[in-house]
Amino acid sequence: MFIINCPYCGERDQSEFSCGGEAHIVRPKQPTELSDDEWAEYLFMRKNIKGVQFERWNHIHGCRKWFNMIRDTSNDKIHAVYKMGEKPPVI
Amino acid sequence: MTKYRISKTRFVDQTKTVSFTFDGKLYHGFEGDTLASALLSNGIHLVGRSFKYHRPRGIMSCGSEEPNAICQINDNTDLTEPNVRATEIELYEGLKASSQNCWPSLNFDIGGINNFISPFIPAGFYYKTFMWPKSFWKKIYEPLIRMSAGLGKSPTLPDPDIYDHKHEHCDVLVIGGGISGIISAKIAAKNNLKTILIDDKNVLGGSTIYQNNKNFLIDNKKSSEWLMKEIAELEEIKNLTIKTRTSLAAYHSYNYLLAKENISDHLPLDKKNDSIRQRLWKIRADKVIVAAGAIERPLVFNNNDRPGIILANSVKKYLDFYGVSSGLKNIIFTNNDSAYETALSLFEKGISVKIIDIRKKSTSNIVKNAEELGIQIYWNSTVVNTFGYKKVNSLEIMHLSEDGSNVKGNIIKIECDCLAISGGWTPMVHMHTQSGGKLDFREIDQVFVPNEKNENQINVGSCNGEFELEEIIKNTNNKIKKFLNVNETDFDRLSVLGSKEFEKKNIWLLPNTISEGKTKSFIDFQNDSTAKDIKLALREGFKSIEHVKRYTTTGMATDQGKLSNMHALGIIADTAGVKMGTLGTTTFRPPFTPLTFGALVGRNVGKFFEVIRKTPIHEWHIKHNAKFENVGQWKRAWYYPLNDENLHEAVQRESKAARDSAGILDASTLGKIDIQGTDASEFLNRVYTNAWSKLGIGKCRYGLMLNEDGMVYDDGVTTRLGENHYLMTTTTGGAANVLSKLEDYLQTEWPELDVYLTSVTDHYSTASICGPNSKKILKKLFPDKDFSDEAFPHMSYQSAKIDNAECRIMRISFTGELSYEINIESKYSKSLWESCIIAGEEYKITPYGTETMHLLRAEKGFIIVGQDTDGTMTPIDLQMDWIVSKKKYDFIGKRSLYRSDTIREDRKQLVGLLTDNPNEILEEGAQIVSELGQKPVQMIGHVTSSYFSPNLNKSIALAVVKGGKKMKGQKLFVPMENKNINVTVSDFIFLDKENKRINA
Repeated sequence: MFIINCPYCGERDQSEFSCGGEAHIVRPKQPTELSDDEWAEYLFMRKNIKGVQFERWNHIHGCRKWFNMIRDTSNDKIHAVYKMGEKPPVI
Repeated sequence: MTKYRISKTRFVDQTKTVSFTFDGKLYHGFEGDTLASALLSNGIHLVGRSFKYHRPRGIMSCGSEEPNAICQINDNTDLTEPNVRATEIELYEGLKASSQNCWPSLNFDIGGINNFISPFIPAGFYYKTFMWPKSFWKKIYEPLIRMSAGLGKSPTLPDPDIYDHKHEHCDVLVIGGGISGIISAKIAAKNNLKTILIDDKNVLGGSTIYQNNKNFLIDNKKSSEWLMKEIAELEEIKNLTIKTRTSLAAYHSYNYLLAKENISDHLPLDKKNDSIRQRLWKIRADKVIVAAGAIERPLVFNNNDRPGIILANSVKKYLDFYGVSSGLKNIIFTNNDSAYETALSLFEKGISVKIIDIRKKSTSNIVKNAEELGIQIYWNSTVVNTFGYKKVNSLEIMHLSEDGSNVKGNIIKIECDCLAISGGWTPMVHMHTQSGGKLDFREIDQVFVPNEKNENQINVGSCNGEFELEEIIKNTNNKIKKFLNVNETDFDRLSVLGSKEFEKKNIWLLPNTISEGKTKSFIDFQNDSTAKDIKLALREGFKSIEHVKRYTTTGMATDQGKLSNMHALGIIADTAGVKMGTLGTTTFRPPFTPLTFGALVGRNVGKFFEVIRKTPIHEWHIKHNAKFENVGQWKRAWYYPLNDENLHEAVQRESKAARDSAGILDASTLGKIDIQGTDASEFLNRVYTNAWSKLGIGKCRYGLMLNEDGMVYDDGVTTRLGENHYLMTTTTGGAANVLSKLEDYLQTEWPELDVYLTSVTDHYSTASICGPNSKKILKKLFPDKDFSDEAFPHMSYQSAKIDNAECRIMRISFTGELSYEINIESKYSKSLWESCIIAGEEYKITPYGTETMHLLRAEKGFIIVGQDTDGTMTPIDLQMDWIVSKKKYDFIGKRSLYRSDTIREDRKQLVGLLTDNPNEILEEGAQIVSELGQKPVQMIGHVTSSYFSPNLNKSIALAVVKGGKKMKGQKLFVPMENKNINVTVSDFIFLDKENKRINA
């Protein structure tokens, strides 16, 4: 059970948060111009790596804000959290 | 005192007799005993039968690692519990314990025949045998396996006990109250850190608290006396909480730990009643010190499982802690020095003891001490067989060959009534690995030790692979100082006298003259797996330790292999000729010892199991005899039976009333989201499939929301309250998820939109009045309002006042009838509801529940998201093409609607079904086929909604059928268990296709 440092609220227990999967997948601006394969790439394809991963998290039982997290899935170490729209910090 | 209670100790109060029964027979023990020590004091070793071969088994240890002595306690009462370790349960007045896994009795058990046919039931027996003939499975094999599976009996009555959960935060958590735990806790607490010390026993001090051997002195005192003084000081420190009878269950990441405290398990039955039984502590610690200790290893030799064969240190604990001797003619069989402490304790008390040691010699102080006292030691020897069916009575030993791989010379037979075995020690690395830590293998004494990398966690004492007193005290002190950043402690200049072990030798499987196939050298005592089974698994091609474990079931019993895992690994390594360190271990998973369900759920039982949401009108529904159904967390009125009506009769009456005159529904549970902002219209354009920009102020529109994959997600009516202000309704169950989804898009994909979302589900309540007389009722309620179709058309909204309270009236319909929904602040809603009932009296206004609502909308062919859809239905599949905007450039899910898969014509599509016999009602979920007789039968769809319609006087159903759109008029079949029902595909709008009633 992690302790997550919400960029808006500070350190809180993991039970207040929900994970929204891989981060930095941008919804295509012009979906109609994409082929089935290109659309499927956006819709279905997600990484599931052992190691450093970029994730979306939501402080759902708190401020309800979405933010991003850099987490090492092999040891659950959280390297950084940063607000939506911000560039990921270099770790 | 009984023959075996040979001395007094400070831990057992021999002035307080406690009576208990074992297998129905009355015995006595004392306050401070465990069930195991009390049984041993009565000379009872045989306490159970083994799982597979039903061999007689006795008490083997004195703690949580116990594989054999597991009992059913308080059988045939609501307090009964199976698989309780006799070595852990404290004796209390009136305790009823009974043995498990034996029939008809412990002393004569028919299953014992398995012991003699054991050559025919090797590892994987079940996998290999019960394969064929196939027809035997249901009637013969399965009942047979079920009968022999499992150990104790599950309770059948509700658990009367109370359980509790508690959160705790601390600077330092110390796991284990042995000598290293006590040193750690004292350093932490004395340096002003908020410290918690937990230990699973009722008395702190681990094995040092009964260490009276003069070879181990601290500060020139006996170890036990020194530690006693330390504990007394510890109890005075203010910022230290000591929790005894508390065992660590799980160690999760970020130092989040679960510990179970036994509060009333040790109390007599008449004192348990008013107490919480167990409490689960949820601890978040800044730093964790693991001082979990080590478990003694057994030795693996032929017939090493007889009652009377006990781990050597446990024999010492029974003697020095409980004052009970496990036997009067003891033999100690060891590969290390620690068992000599047991020998010396026995010798001091004048009890006969001999030692068999697989080593050629040992030059340590303690062994010299034993030799000086004249204790007979058989060096370089091993036990090759033991005898005695219900208790060991003799054994045979032989000399080991030079390399230890074989035996030689003559067999010597020795009589005994207790064999104390010691194969060395296994550090309890469970906590370390549960928290994500890795292990290193130490070759010299063949142990896995923690490889420490976590800056907020540390292992000290024997769980860190430190087994000698001086080493434990010195290293613990130094490590804790560094860990907690402390300069000076009470232990810096402590003088310690110990006994250093120089000679080490380990043989995982001891050699024998008898061929391996004919020996029974047990590794996992509870699951009856032997060395032979492990080797068989290897011969059959299993290589991974995880596979060998599952094939042989080694380490898979309730003790989770605390005694067996290392031997299994060692034998695999030896047999396969690989280094043990390269094999790795199986995964140590929580909980460390079994947890009760009660402790896991705590107070969340009965009405506290789930949050219950009630509408403000709930009390009225109860008063009017409503039956309720659960919709998510909501309790919704399901139907309102009059007199003796059943569900069907009530729903038929309610449905008829709603269409013939007037009905009223509590629709307060629908999700409501208030949407404001200059981009609100654009936002709705993007989240719904249809267009919203041109919706006039004061108008309502039905919207369908998709997932990005094109599948229907939610639906509901949204009303434009103002230029930049909308009120969205969602399904009852979908409300929270819809809000989350909308917030997600707003925050992450479209942060440029000026839109604000507020959940107002609980703020407003809704009374929905429908039926041909609804307009008249509304007029009575709101005499100043113009309800003409011109002033107040279908799909529009007006604000109004009733008794000076603001409300919003929407003319919208989910039933197909003329219908109004009145929204009002929740605090006024009961009063509004009652006004509606009074106003409707002359029209016999009939309250109806969700079941009637479902029927009415099905007559009209309106879908319910989640009932007629299941996350695989597009709006096109639902024949709702009309709601999908062709003009909009984009909305959530649009692109997916013309993926190659979503445009397939043979997708399941929504259709109506009429049964050939109009009185026959289909079952929801029933499968649909197009042809009978052909096998295998291909299912082409299923029934999603089905009712008897009193308004049409026939059975109607909605279904999803492959290619259903083009099947109108086609005959299909619904095969049921005893019959086939003939159906015809129809339009899914059964009533008033022309929408006359809505505008009536």
